[in-house]
Amino acid sequence: MISDTYTFKILRYDAKEPKKEPCFASYKIKVIPGLTVLAMLLRIRDEIDGTLSFRSSCRSAICGSCAMVINGKIDLACRTQVAVFETDTIILEPLPNFEVIKDLVVDMTPFWDMYEKIQPYLIRKSSEPEKEIYQSEKNRKKIDQFVNCILCACCYGACPVLNRDGNYAGPAAMAKLQRFSLDSRDERSAETLETFNSEEGVWGCDTVFRCIEACPKDVRPTDGIVGLRKTLLKNKAKDIWRSIKR
Amino acid sequence: MMLTHDILIVGGGLTGLRAAVGLCDKFNVGLISKVYPVRSHSIAAQGGINASLANNPDGRDDTWEKHTFDTVKGSDYLGDQDAIEIMCKEAPGIVYEMEHWGCPFSRFPDGTIAQRPFGGGGFPRTCFSADVTGHSLLNTLYERAVYKKVKIYPEWFVTSLCVEDGQCHGVIVLDIKSGELIPVRAKVTVFGTGGYGRVYRNSTNALINTGSGIGMAYKAGVPLKDMEFVQFHPTTLIGTNILMTEGCRGEGGYLLNNKGERFMQKYAPTAMELAPRDIVSRCIMTEIEEGRGFEHPLGTYIELDLRHLGKKKIIERLPGIRSICMDFIGIDPVKKPIPIMPSQHYSMGGIDVNEKGASPIKGFYAAGECACVSVHGANRLGGNSLLDTIVFGKLAARAIEEELPKDKLKPKEKPLLSLKAQVEKKINKLTQAGGERPYKLAADLGAVMSEKVGVFRTKKEIAQALDEVKKIKERYINVSVSSADPHMNYELHNAIELEYMLEVAHTIVLGALLREESRGAHFRRDFPKRNDKKWLKHTIAKMGKKGDPLISCKQVKITNYQPMERKY
Repeated sequence: MISDTYTFKILRYDAKEPKKEPCFASYKIKVIPGLTVLAMLLRIRDEIDGTLSFRSSCRSAICGSCAMVINGKIDLACRTQVAVFETDTIILEPLPNFEVIKDLVVDMTPFWDMYEKIQPYLIRKSSEPEKEIYQSEKNRKKIDQFVNCILCACCYGACPVLNRDGNYAGPAAMAKLQRFSLDSRDERSAETLETFNSEEGVWGCDTVFRCIEACPKDVRPTDGIVGLRKTLLKNKAKDIWRSIKR
Repeated sequence: MMLTHDILIVGGGLTGLRAAVGLCDKFNVGLISKVYPVRSHSIAAQGGINASLANNPDGRDDTWEKHTFDTVKGSDYLGDQDAIEIMCKEAPGIVYEMEHWGCPFSRFPDGTIAQRPFGGGGFPRTCFSADVTGHSLLNTLYERAVYKKVKIYPEWFVTSLCVEDGQCHGVIVLDIKSGELIPVRAKVTVFGTGGYGRVYRNSTNALINTGSGIGMAYKAGVPLKDMEFVQFHPTTLIGTNILMTEGCRGEGGYLLNNKGERFMQKYAPTAMELAPRDIVSRCIMTEIEEGRGFEHPLGTYIELDLRHLGKKKIIERLPGIRSICMDFIGIDPVKKPIPIMPSQHYSMGGIDVNEKGASPIKGFYAAGECACVSVHGANRLGGNSLLDTIVFGKLAARAIEEELPKDKLKPKEKPLLSLKAQVEKKINKLTQAGGERPYKLAADLGAVMSEKVGVFRTKKEIAQALDEVKKIKERYINVSVSSADPHMNYELHNAIELEYMLEVAHTIVLGALLREESRGAHFRRDFPKRNDKKWLKHTIAKMGKKGDPLISCKQVKITNYQPMERKY
């Protein structure tokens, strides 16, 4: 702990009043060791300024509500300890690459739209067995890291491609697509992947790993994107091979 | 503006999504949630979901009847046995269905769904997805809802339930973003609004688990059942009270006091660390009270030791626990024991419904943690809550599908419009300057509940709590928030929910005061024995004319299992 009193500078803005420019509000508050940024935000709203808006729910880094920029780094407010910074000033800003609704709350609509577009569900053609569909431990392990995604959008906020091209599907949606594509039980056709065989899909990624850096759950969306690229190339090679044979 | 649906579902957790998925093909369904559905508290469930699949080599003889017996015994015989039978019979089908829909369960080497032992279960029957089972199940059901194109209204906050002449007409909603109040009319309203953990200061629950759905139903005249039964989870991280799954002990973790003893030996020599939660929580509190805990600035604690499991098993089976420990208390459980204490975890009590999710009010259903069927009785077994949410979400949907076409319910606009006017008036009052801020009352309420209506209870303390809750209710009349603008006004939501939290707390305290026996999670130091003659029954709380709860009783349904002494 640098000090027992910290200054929180929070970027305030209300899209309902677009004429008022975004500006930082400062709050001084006493901190005890072990407290998280979310715990402090809750205290600021309770004790100092009831008009402050931010999302929160589980406070244990599993629900994905409280992604934001904390002293320049994207993370979940609930899992960030105030004491880890070498300064007694904490600057909080809303997640980039989104429109702000109010203060630290952003409009997640584009994120959910992309999520829905990849058909984020298990697609089966075979009839269901009476019991479970068998899956080896090895095959289950293949989807491990992608299953851990909590849809917090930290990666979306960190992505430099989304910063210049809002039509790009983004790391979370691509990681989710790979989660299903890699699942031994999933039977989606090669065409469903073709939708993302473009600059707005898997080829849009700069592979600069900002999403991996930003992910609070150790998911590596870039692995997913690179994996999808390989699958698409393999599918294409298969097509060519088939046409030659014919 | 008035919105109309055949069926309105409130809550985007497992119960609400399962009900919606079951009904959306045939009816015009709308699902309202105050958060995005994947932010719901179901996401935080860690350990698993019980079903007698008999996949585990040590559990080949498991059956739904054995699951039923364990649940009945775990409930300290307060659970309704007919409903428990239904739940346990449905369990394997529910797990297979979730698997077919994509749930990434952990696997055994033969490719079947992996199962591990859990507290109070005679067989290893808890199916899991590492230690993020709730996360895996909720994502799977949300994915299914996306596939089924369920109409979802995210970040809509329900302020009140509309009941008139014994019939439910719908709800009043505050659109969080626009700040607009919208009446929603529906033939059937289903609540899957979750538990009341946040009535307590120390709770594993998400901040959104205020119990407001339960309080809303109660204020609208729906009876509540067994509210005094509150589960305290034995192993929650000190300070933040984040859950350390029972799976830690299911995988072989030890509980140690400051003498390095596995003290469960003294209390439950057979089940040891895997005795049911009510018992383990009391043992921990006893160790702490008798001076065998460890001291820490965040409170006195007991150790949960996983070190002997080895790094490989911890990383494979309990990765979420490891990262929570490292993020929130700076401890790697591979190298050091985890400091834990018991805290509020689950609401056994809730809205009084039958095994179809139907309440005594026409057109009003509830399921999951906000409801009390009752399948958990006086103490819920680990792995049975995820099961409850999905089974009864599904069964409520099935019952509604059968009954809706027959019932010819005609929800009316008029009671909705007059309720909307009342809500407007209330918000108006809450946004007048000068009153006490809501957080102060919420903090006082949480402190009273945690300190006086906890693991161990006495008449004196409960009576004090009753007095305090009544005083806070009086203070509520003068509560006010900082801003009059209802758009993105989270403090206003807190103020609205606080009223319901106070009602919920009032029913918990009164139930605890009246129940002069010890059963499951309700332990009275002044009445330390179970009293089947007088108290083998449910308590029902209804709001009286003067606003105080009136408590009556209802028989427990017993089919095959006569009450016995509960030993582990």
